[in-house]
Amino acid sequence: MIGLNHYLTLSAILFSLSVAGIFINRRNLILLLMCIELMLLAVNFNFVAFSRALGDETGQVFVFFILTVAAAEAAIGLAILVVLFRNRGSINVQELDSMKG
Amino acid sequence: MTFTDLMPASPEIVLLLMICVVLISDVFISDDKRIVTFWTSIASLALTAWSLFASAPEARTLLFDGSYVSDPLSQLLKLAAVGMVALGFLYSRDYLKQNELLRGEFFLLGLFGLLGIMIMISANSMLTMYLGLETLSLSLYALVAFERNSARAAEAAMKYFVLGAIASGALLYGISWIYGVTGTLQFDQIALVLEQNPAMNALPLWFGIAFLIVGMAFKFGAVPFHMWLPDVYEGARSPVTLYIASAPKLAALALVLRFLMEGFGDLHEVWQGMIMVVAVLSLVIGNVVAIAQTNIKRMLGYSAIAHVGFILLAIFTGTEQGYGAAVFYTLTYVIMAAGAFGMVILLSRKGFEAEAIGDFKGLNARSPWFALMMLFFMFGMAGVPPWVGFFAKLNVINAVLDAGFPGLAILMVVASVVGAYYYLRVIWYMYFETGEDTSVFQAKLDTRAVLSVNGIAVLALGIMPGWLLKLCIDVIQ
Repeated sequence: MIGLNHYLTLSAILFSLSVAGIFINRRNLILLLMCIELMLLAVNFNFVAFSRALGDETGQVFVFFILTVAAAEAAIGLAILVVLFRNRGSINVQELDSMKG
Repeated sequence: MTFTDLMPASPEIVLLLMICVVLISDVFISDDKRIVTFWTSIASLALTAWSLFASAPEARTLLFDGSYVSDPLSQLLKLAAVGMVALGFLYSRDYLKQNELLRGEFFLLGLFGLLGIMIMISANSMLTMYLGLETLSLSLYALVAFERNSARAAEAAMKYFVLGAIASGALLYGISWIYGVTGTLQFDQIALVLEQNPAMNALPLWFGIAFLIVGMAFKFGAVPFHMWLPDVYEGARSPVTLYIASAPKLAALALVLRFLMEGFGDLHEVWQGMIMVVAVLSLVIGNVVAIAQTNIKRMLGYSAIAHVGFILLAIFTGTEQGYGAAVFYTLTYVIMAAGAFGMVILLSRKGFEAEAIGDFKGLNARSPWFALMMLFFMFGMAGVPPWVGFFAKLNVINAVLDAGFPGLAILMVVASVVGAYYYLRVIWYMYFETGEDTSVFQAKLDTRAVLSVNGIAVLALGIMPGWLLKLCIDVIQ
């Protein structure tokens, strides 16, 4: 029988994978954006699991808002990515180092 | 629900309607008349401030099924946020015009950011808080990148976006655990449920609170989650930096107060340790690294990190006195920060950003009055009496002493003395060194007048801090 703990564990694994992806990946910004999406989806998973276990719909409503905001966030992220590529001709994470101190 | 029931939320409603007006009118204005957008934005802010006064409820009022709260704290913080955004717009006008950046986006994104700030300040549920936070953050990401042909601004925006998104993710993950344990999203309900069920105060809840604090520290720019802050301050154009450095700090304060004071006020022991570590690290690292900076925007960025350390230590005490001191500190800090960045804007002109601290050399010979204003801001931030920063720091130190942590109080005094070095260096440059640049300022009379009022306010509030301090304590109770 699959219970709440299984869902929470899966969600924690997804969340850790996305954080690891953000910090280990040093090459491509697109991958970074994908990791950010994965992070929000892991949170959604948590919300739905808790909502089901509590028998309370609020958590599922929260998920709809997160999905909407995630779409807006991806739009802004990609827009900034386009500006960055136009100005520098590269989306390599390692080259984002013009400011230091 | 009738229309009059919505009265307490009218500041947000008025602002949103006015944003629509500005947005649509901006489309029909030709580039040479873009200044109209500036004036409609200022008018929107004035209307919003008026509706804040007109709609002020006598007591704490909940709206929208308890998702929204209007109380004295929200009134004070919202009024300060509207004032700060207006100040930022007034300082920016000439600068944007000279640099051919006077576009509608700047004002619109600024107003949308303000809407997010006001929603965060009035949030009574974690969902409202999240939506306000994202409205603010998404506007800020776009604002940083708003100069389209600058590689540095794009890089700063990308860093801000990625780290801001991680912060939102951590905050949400924390929220999901808190929801899972308590079964509610409202802050007052969370406090109630936790009081009735002491057994809930266990590992899963602490796990949620830990993620929550990571998210908050990211948004506030506290060490060790501060990496984005200096880069964003340096990479963004000065008016954008001014905006980021002022009003969003009030929103971050509201975020921390609503969660930790209203939601988890009784679980003080659980979050106290985490907040202390973050605050002490910010205080030490912010002050020490600021000394090594040669770029004034970057220096003020590290100084912001140090000030955040003070604010978090005031919240760490968990007493009403401490919360009041945090509100007072944040209010006065944003006034000083807006003024200091206003000076950076004043010294800049077409094709020249007064970014290096060395650009302040010989300012006294160019303009004794504005050198005096910069001295006010620097003394205020350093905490020299009788400027207002001194009382802000004194209140926090008092609150920490009363809560029984003399060691932390000593650390705060030492950190302030170390911090005084880099503020005094700016003053040394202005008065005792000669600069190559002797050009006259190009700013218009109104910008100069507002900057002067801002500088005098830093001194006047320091001479008469009593009423504001009393107000800050009153709104907490």
